[in-house]
Amino acid sequence: MAKRKTGTSRAEAPMPQPRTLRRGDVELAVYEWPTTAESAPVVLLVHGYPDSASVWRHVAPLLAGHCRVVAYDVRGAGHSTHPNHTAAYALEELVADMAAVVDDISPDAKVHLVAHDWGSIQGWEAVTTQPLAARIASYTCFSGPSLDHAGYWIAQRLRHASPAALSQLGRQLAHSWYVGAFHFPGVFPTMWKAGLDHAWPQLLAKLERVQTEASETQRADGVDGIKLYRANFRQRLSSPSERYTNVPVQLLWPRHDHFMVPEIWDDLPRWVSRLWRRDVDAGHWLQLSHPQLVADYVTEFVHFIETGKESAGLKRAGHRAAAMGKPDAGKLVVITGAGSGIGRETALLYAERGAEVVAVDVDEAAAQRTAELAELLGGMAWARAADVGSTKDMETLATWVRKELGTPDIVVNNAGIGMAGSVLDTSVADWEKILHVNLWGVIHGSRLFAQQMVASKNHGHIVNVSSGLAFFPSPMTPAYATTKAAVRMLTECLRAELGGKGIGVSAVYPGVVNTGIVSRTRFVGTTDVEQQRRQSKVQRLYERRNLKPEAVAAAIVDAVEHDRPEVLVGVETVGIRTLSRLSPALWRRLARSNIGM
Amino acid sequence: MADQALDLSAFRDVQRLAYQCAETIAAELKPGMTEREVAAQMKDWLLARGVNDWFHQPFAWFGERTAFRGFVGFRHLGGFNPAFYPTWKRLEPGMAFILDVAPSLNGISADIGYSGALGGNAIVDRIMDDLLDYRELILGMVRERRHLSEVSQAVDRLCARQGYEPRHKAYPFEVLAHRVEMLKPDEKAHTSVMHFGLRNLTALGRDMLRGKREGWSPLWSSNAASDHPPTPGLWAVEPHLGFRGITGAKFEELLLVTKDGARWLDDDVPHVRRWMERGLWPVKKSQAA
Repeated sequence: MAKRKTGTSRAEAPMPQPRTLRRGDVELAVYEWPTTAESAPVVLLVHGYPDSASVWRHVAPLLAGHCRVVAYDVRGAGHSTHPNHTAAYALEELVADMAAVVDDISPDAKVHLVAHDWGSIQGWEAVTTQPLAARIASYTCFSGPSLDHAGYWIAQRLRHASPAALSQLGRQLAHSWYVGAFHFPGVFPTMWKAGLDHAWPQLLAKLERVQTEASETQRADGVDGIKLYRANFRQRLSSPSERYTNVPVQLLWPRHDHFMVPEIWDDLPRWVSRLWRRDVDAGHWLQLSHPQLVADYVTEFVHFIETGKESAGLKRAGHRAAAMGKPDAGKLVVITGAGSGIGRETALLYAERGAEVVAVDVDEAAAQRTAELAELLGGMAWARAADVGSTKDMETLATWVRKELGTPDIVVNNAGIGMAGSVLDTSVADWEKILHVNLWGVIHGSRLFAQQMVASKNHGHIVNVSSGLAFFPSPMTPAYATTKAAVRMLTECLRAELGGKGIGVSAVYPGVVNTGIVSRTRFVGTTDVEQQRRQSKVQRLYERRNLKPEAVAAAIVDAVEHDRPEVLVGVETVGIRTLSRLSPALWRRLARSNIGM
Repeated sequence: MADQALDLSAFRDVQRLAYQCAETIAAELKPGMTEREVAAQMKDWLLARGVNDWFHQPFAWFGERTAFRGFVGFRHLGGFNPAFYPTWKRLEPGMAFILDVAPSLNGISADIGYSGALGGNAIVDRIMDDLLDYRELILGMVRERRHLSEVSQAVDRLCARQGYEPRHKAYPFEVLAHRVEMLKPDEKAHTSVMHFGLRNLTALGRDMLRGKREGWSPLWSSNAASDHPPTPGLWAVEPHLGFRGITGAKFEELLLVTKDGARWLDDDVPHVRRWMERGLWPVKKSQAA
């Protein structure tokens, strides 16, 4: 996996000398980076607003080892002609420019298009417009939707008019404030002329944390590029046309893009038949903040299109694209104890919700089975064997997840075992066994993955599965209840510690849930026959109560969605919790009674 | 059963006829057909081929109804669940379906369940593959003379391990299987009440009374009533697996239990042929459950 660096300054990368390509009365400045791979696939880079081709100067040399790399200044930017009339900036003209460049640099072979922001808007026009689309082998785009797709997106949400749809729309409009502002005559051109051009690098450094150098054409790029908006937005958004494409599209999605809400891409599978999606922890100017990553992703995609060999990373990207529109699409969820009961249900629920799932269980075959079932539901899943109480196993797991899949978005520490019998009957070995799984498992899972979440500045969430018995002292299940009460406190402490860092922490308290836990519960201080008798007696109680693991899985999803400190599942848990607060005396008296066990 | 060899081949023929019905109708399923239309087609097909009585008339379930979502959880009208009856639910491409019918022909009965999907359905494929484990498990344990409740509980555990719900628990009396008896042979048409053949129900009732005296039950489930060794005779065994309330599949066929052994009445049935095509059957000893 590529190194992800943010905010580091790097030495000025020189631009190659441009040559001029004429189309009608416009001259385009075309840059080609020197390469040793003359017969290699051609990659064409298209910049956005208010940039020029020089925005690619860090990415291009990294690509030049594997490809022929070409970029050009779009009309109205850099060293290309800056036409005066707004009409000259219509998408039809921009795409005709692009077609001229493609024909010039690669008369025979198709080219791989890579585009950002306004370049990406042009890219969508290109891959949905014949005959140019037929000249494009693949399209890697970031931070710019098709204006027509966006038009449909807006219309659909207005028509639907549900609070969720309108909120998406409202948030996108808030992110696109500048588009409206660009339509006011004079305001922005005056700002560019009044010194915004000189302030631009500092502004980017401050707001976007990317380092860039002042460009000699910045003022003109800023002023003339506004015509791109004026020439196209109103017409395309208000009367969009249906634009489909069969060109393979790789969508790079920077999670912290200030100009885009993620839902803007939800409808993309409707328009694009072959789609891959990669999520990156970055802002709008991905090619400036993460040039190596962009180069790696482009190289990998180009290689796949040229050879048909799909890397593991692209397979995941394909799944992420297929899950788009589902509530947890693109999220990575690690679940322990996922081989059965609550853990398996949670894994399957997250798979249904579009997430990618790592099913962890001490029983590898059971974890494998969960992963297979998750895939049946259209999810993507991995199975890993680990004893959650083992430091070594959990460190290996956490490292594997980070290296292979990235930092998880959600971690559910669910693995647990049952134990019944009095404190005096519980041997040291029994205590060690249950602490190992029920407490150490949660400590390891919380600690290791919280470290990753903090390190990657991720907005993650950790859910620890405690139990209603955490609120219920009794002579029947002291060891189990003690571990679960410890999980409760651990979770609260962790929440206090990580709350300010944007990482959610929740505890879930299930009641009498009918899982396999009873058959795996040890009844200490009994003979085998007695143990079996009690097991089947308790199992009958659980069956009569018939609270399903699905209810707990739903509670876990709810805890994450709403960042709840705790979720109680089942009337018995709510009852005992309430009693413990209202009347501790009555609660303690109840604790002394032995409910038939 | 006086002449066992003769009777068995007659039972096998009726079972084959019932499966032939299911396969024929399944091959002609089209999007938009309702459960009631399909059940009626099966009934007509069988009546035209001499069927003159029923254990139960044809049932058809489509889509999430194959998983019987919500059928379990309370004692439906004392074990009798009206949700079985075919509805106006329409078949759609990719949808799972189950056809279930139990015809009697001149006193000989069969009870079959046939699962599939209109076009491809990966979940149905997976459940159908996994059903092989259940067929092996049930036969193996019965041969070991394990109590029938134990066999049913082992089926429940296998379901839990594989991530399925045992949906046969939504059947009347939560049965994994039930007895099928030979009726008086004749060619008259006989009465059904609410889709169930009166003569077969009477025979089942007689078995229940006799079983009560002798300590066995004709309704094979995980409950205490089935806590007895396998009773000789013919059992219609019907493991029905559901996945997340969205899709289910089952098979149903006759198991012959003798005093000291057991075998499936016929291995030439659609689900076994399907396993053969997929290279899963016959099961190698090392893989057997």
